[in-house]
Amino acid sequence: MTAPAPAASLPRTDPAQSPLAIRGLTVSYGQQPVVFSVDMTVQDGAMTAIIGPNGAGKSTLLKAALNIVKPLAGRVSVYGRPLAEQAHRIAYVPQRASVDWDFPTEALDVVLMGLYRDLGLLRRVRAHHIKHAKDCLARVGMEDFADRQIGQLSGGQQQRVFLARALAQKADLYLLDEPFAGVDAATERAIIDVLKSLKDEGKTVVAVHHDLSTVRAYFDTVFLINRRKMGEGPIATAFTPETVQATYGGRLADGQITQLTQDA
Amino acid sequence: MLAQALLLQLGYNATLVALGSAALGLAAGATGTFLFLRKRALVADAVSHATLPGLALAFMLMVALGGDGRSLAGLMAGSALSAWLGLLSVSWLTRHTRLAEDAAIGAVLSVFFGFGIVLLTVVQTLSAGRQAGLESFLLGSTAGMLFSDALLIASGGLAVLACALALRRPLLLVAFDSGYAETQGINVHRMDLAIMTLVMAITVVGLKVVGLILIVALLIIPAATARFWSNRADRVVLLAGLFGGLSGYIGAAISATAPGLPTGPIIVLVSFAFFVASLLLAPGRGLLSAALRHRAYQRQVHLRQGLLALAQSHPVYEARTRRILRRAGLMRADGVPTSSGHSHAAAALRDENRWQALRSSAHLSELSARDDGLTLILDVLTPDQIAELDNRISAQPKVVS
Ligand SMILES: Nc1ncnc2c1ncn2[C@@H]1O[C@H](COP(=O)(O)OP(=O)(O)OP(=O)(O)O)[C@@H](O)[C@H]1O
Ligand SMILES: [Mg+2]
Repeated sequence: MTAPAPAASLPRTDPAQSPLAIRGLTVSYGQQPVVFSVDMTVQDGAMTAIIGPNGAGKSTLLKAALNIVKPLAGRVSVYGRPLAEQAHRIAYVPQRASVDWDFPTEALDVVLMGLYRDLGLLRRVRAHHIKHAKDCLARVGMEDFADRQIGQLSGGQQQRVFLARALAQKADLYLLDEPFAGVDAATERAIIDVLKSLKDEGKTVVAVHHDLSTVRAYFDTVFLINRRKMGEGPIATAFTPETVQATYGGRLADGQITQLTQDA
Repeated sequence: MLAQALLLQLGYNATLVALGSAALGLAAGATGTFLFLRKRALVADAVSHATLPGLALAFMLMVALGGDGRSLAGLMAGSALSAWLGLLSVSWLTRHTRLAEDAAIGAVLSVFFGFGIVLLTVVQTLSAGRQAGLESFLLGSTAGMLFSDALLIASGGLAVLACALALRRPLLLVAFDSGYAETQGINVHRMDLAIMTLVMAITVVGLKVVGLILIVALLIIPAATARFWSNRADRVVLLAGLFGGLSGYIGAAISATAPGLPTGPIIVLVSFAFFVASLLLAPGRGLLSAALRHRAYQRQVHLRQGLLALAQSHPVYEARTRRILRRAGLMRADGVPTSSGHSHAAAALRDENRWQALRSSAHLSELSARDDGLTLILDVLTPDQIAELDNRISAQPKVVS
């Protein structure tokens, strides 16, 4: 395994082998498409930010890629094969977990759910499974809360437990919908470290991200969306004042954008 | 008498009933937990009421074919069929019309049950002179239970239990987070159908003992009871099975002590007694222990705040705080601290100051997350670290408050 290439000179991934390649994806909840004819080719082994204003269809794009929302049109391939064959290689953390917060389950049990594909119906949970789950909790700094009932954690702590569950899956492609929403600066640091360590292991990370000022520091490539694809590629070429302005449709002041996108 | 019943010494029939009911309760409690956690109890109620028309039709069919119509296996088959129809109706109405699930449940439950009652009346007029006894399936009746009936109930219940346990992982995953279950390759709709099918099987198996009106109680109450005792789903399932089994056994034993005591309602009342006891007594989630814990905690808070006030020679205003300080022998009735009060107050203030110093210490400040106002710093830091803090404190100019 070679060391990951520096961000600017990432090799172009052949769409046929890309961790996630989307062609002509259109999704609508009613009559109006919220994602229209979008193509996306995720770079293997890179960290990609999906950027766009509220309601741009970012969450919908991820859900449709996972077939949680059924698209009207379009093809999705994962590592060059249909989604159904490769779903086990993807871990997904939704923007807001819609779970039963009073459910009898502790943080560690939630992480163990990430091992469902390994355990199946009847295989016993063994010591190494528990150890793996604990390691995942530790990676997100939640090891002290392993036996806390899930509803008795703060919002940011719950978010981290669900990230740990995704880590437990040992996936190759991580799709995260706003992993930094509602977490404090220290936690954001901890989460980005986890994501970078995933990248160092050769995994691919795609995250919906709202904070334009940290895009450069955190990510290698960007995907700009506002119903349609507004830009895609390495930060240096795709994350420019023009593309950001177009994506946000004049909702940000020019000076603001220049500052956000050009600062090192 | 009850002791004899519990020890299975009231004769052959009572023993059969007690063992059959225990197996049924065990299966219903454990299976019902999945239903309870998925919050689908009402669907189960519709399904159980939907057994009635099938029951009556099966009876008529068996009579028409020349039987006596009371074969338990035949009646079970008929009721299963119509319960299945009821379940499909609820699921079809919610998926293909704009009706909300509760409305669909209400409609299916009342229509099927009403139709069933009409059929029961027809059966009664048809079999004039001969007692069909189908009404006993409404509330359950164990009089004259045959060995083959008990065997059918016990083995049916245990078979359902085995299926439910085999499916426990996907069922729990769907109940907790159905969206995630979907991404793990679990077909959520099929799992929901599976749990309802198991519930339907329990209903049919339990018809004879508990009856179709009360069976939902035996599915839900043990799970709700078990929830008080554990925060882990696996244990809740096991405990619910235990509570259900005990309720079935004890309820059947009680009803055997006097003629005419209905088995089903008594089993349900016993399980309700377990529920009430758990509601009050369970450690953790029980009302009593929660209240006690809250009181003890409140006392600690008052004590600490009172001591800090004493240490800084502030007056203690709150009556409750004064009372607690006086009872602990820390303060005299006139508000003057006793000698032990003085030393405790000084210790509390020292602790508070150390926490304060901790927060501004470069390498220890992370530990300030442990400061909840009550935890003693002695329990968090090593003596060396405390000595270091004390040095910092004495190096600072004294602040007079
Ligand atoms: N379940 C739904 N039913 C109907 N419309 C929906 C649904 N979910 C989203 N929408 C609409 O689709 C559009 C895109 O929503 P989406 O959640 O993908 O936006 P987003 O880019 O993730 O926004 P945010 O930054 O606020 O998370 C929005 O206009 C929203 O109102
Ligand atoms: Mg979103």
